[in-house]
Amino acid sequence: MIVLGFFLTAPMGIGYMEHKVLAHMQHRLGPMEAGGFHGWAQLVADGVKFIQKEDIIPKAADSWVFTLAPAVVMVPYIAIFAVIPFGRTLWAENLDIGIFYVLAITAISVIGILMAGWASANKFSLIGALRAAAQLIAYELPLILASVAVVMQAGTLSLVGISEAQHHYWYIFTQPVGFFIFIVASLAELTRPPFDMPIADSEIIFGAYTEYTGLKFAFFLLAEYGGIVAFSAIASVLFLGGYQGIPVIGHLIPGFFWMSGKVGALAFFIIWLRATYPRLREDQLQRFAWVALIPLALADIMVTGVVKVLVK
Amino acid sequence: MIRLPYLLFFSAVLFSAGVYGVLARRNAVLVLMSIELMLNAVNVNLVAFNAYLRDAALTGQVFALFVITVAAAEVGIGLAIVILIYRNRETINVDEVNLLKW
Amino acid sequence: MADWIVFWVIAPVSIASAVAMILAKNAVHSALLLIVNFFTLAVFFLILGSPFLFVVQIIVYAGAIMVLFLFVIMLLGVDERESLRERILGQRWLALLLGAGLVVEVALAVRVGVGFGHGGLPDFTRVNRGGNVQALARVLFNSYFFPFEVTSILLIVAAIGAMLHGRRRIGDEETIDAPIDERMDEPGPEPVPAAGPAEATP
Repeated sequence: MIVLGFFLTAPMGIGYMEHKVLAHMQHRLGPMEAGGFHGWAQLVADGVKFIQKEDIIPKAADSWVFTLAPAVVMVPYIAIFAVIPFGRTLWAENLDIGIFYVLAITAISVIGILMAGWASANKFSLIGALRAAAQLIAYELPLILASVAVVMQAGTLSLVGISEAQHHYWYIFTQPVGFFIFIVASLAELTRPPFDMPIADSEIIFGAYTEYTGLKFAFFLLAEYGGIVAFSAIASVLFLGGYQGIPVIGHLIPGFFWMSGKVGALAFFIIWLRATYPRLREDQLQRFAWVALIPLALADIMVTGVVKVLVK
Repeated sequence: MIRLPYLLFFSAVLFSAGVYGVLARRNAVLVLMSIELMLNAVNVNLVAFNAYLRDAALTGQVFALFVITVAAAEVGIGLAIVILIYRNRETINVDEVNLLKW
Repeated sequence: MADWIVFWVIAPVSIASAVAMILAKNAVHSALLLIVNFFTLAVFFLILGSPFLFVVQIIVYAGAIMVLFLFVIMLLGVDERESLRERILGQRWLALLLGAGLVVEVALAVRVGVGFGHGGLPDFTRVNRGGNVQALARVLFNSYFFPFEVTSILLIVAAIGAMLHGRRRIGDEETIDAPIDERMDEPGPEPVPAAGPAEATP
């Protein structure tokens, strides 16, 4: 229940954060208006707007697939939160194969995007979906390989185990390369800028989501923000020690707040990038994954293995 | 409790569906998908026997793992060939790809 | 008891999705139904004591293979008029007959081999000593080390082969403005404005 509650609230918080942060960074006045002081009611306003909109299914669309797609995109991100530890004892499930499970489940949302793009009967949607599929498969590999290095160092696949293993020092200090690869790859997995070629609004409108309106579109947005929370949480567990605090004063604050703080900081970082970087071109994007990230991740794994054997 | 025979029947049905798909579907991509179905039916059998024979050597699971790997390789090559055929012949209907048939 | 319920819920879904996948007119629907089928099989691996294969099934099939299938189907376009065509005389009846024959044969084999009274699901504590992943790794990297390496070589060869098949001849491309030697060999999404279930309404 806690997990579900967290999932239902956290993405909205992140969505709100995105509004406000971008408004500040770009000096936009819109999100500052709603509700008087500093635009606090923007989130409520957005919600009301989405519910009021007409739910349109295009005539040529494949209505079953069209309707199911938002759910297929969203469900994986809910399923992830079942295994992410938010405190030493605050987790829903401690799977032996936690990190592997998480990475497998995130891969499912690609299918939802493909379904959405194809069922919309719109060529821009289809192009967007195909771009998304190519990109997500390409960046899945560095994501997994970067996690493998952490798993090798921790000696366990369980997320709770990995958090516990970082009792003395966080893995960002021993795996800086892995952390870099993981963050870049998760940006691409989320199709966030600068890797937002699949939804590039200036050339293919909004990719796979073009034909969606009202609540269905809100589902996609929620899935995107849920994805930001999910990947921030995974990165926190893998590289920033999860619920482990910093050495001296760490135990003064409960683990839950450490974890939330780290997730919030990473989410802020991801939003920050949107206001900062231009979009990569499709071929540059693929090239970056296959030529730069994957060899780097493989080298990282090799070095980790050698060091681990030597230290032993 | 599930008994082993149920699982065997189940995978036999899946396998038969796969065979029928390979023989009756004309779309090359769907033929490949039916082959995947057959391979998966076999995997169910392997894992089931592994479980019921209490095999501590995990032979069934290891073989299922190899089958999955080989299936992945097969799909990669198979789909590349399908795209190649489409590029040359403008069709992926296996009936119309008959250059080597006389 | 729990696994009994899971079996009788999941197995019909699994078989129904498999049969619907074979009979579906639309190739994309077939692929989506096959994904459902693979998920049900993943659940079977879970109740058969192999959480590792459960995850592998999801990550390899749902995450990679089926995305590849959908990708290719959408790239080539869906041809509605092609569907099921039976090439052998009376194929459907022959198929049903042979299918029934297979079921009878399995039944006989089971009866001779283990018998229908064979007990339920064993516990997996002895098999999965020290965790399923650890047990599997122990077997894989000891007894099956050589096959493992051979399979990895097979995968690399397959990847290179697929890449070579998929690449277009240099000079065919007109969409990318980079110099020739910087072009990618990997086929990204091609600029074909085709497919979708139907033409977009104007």
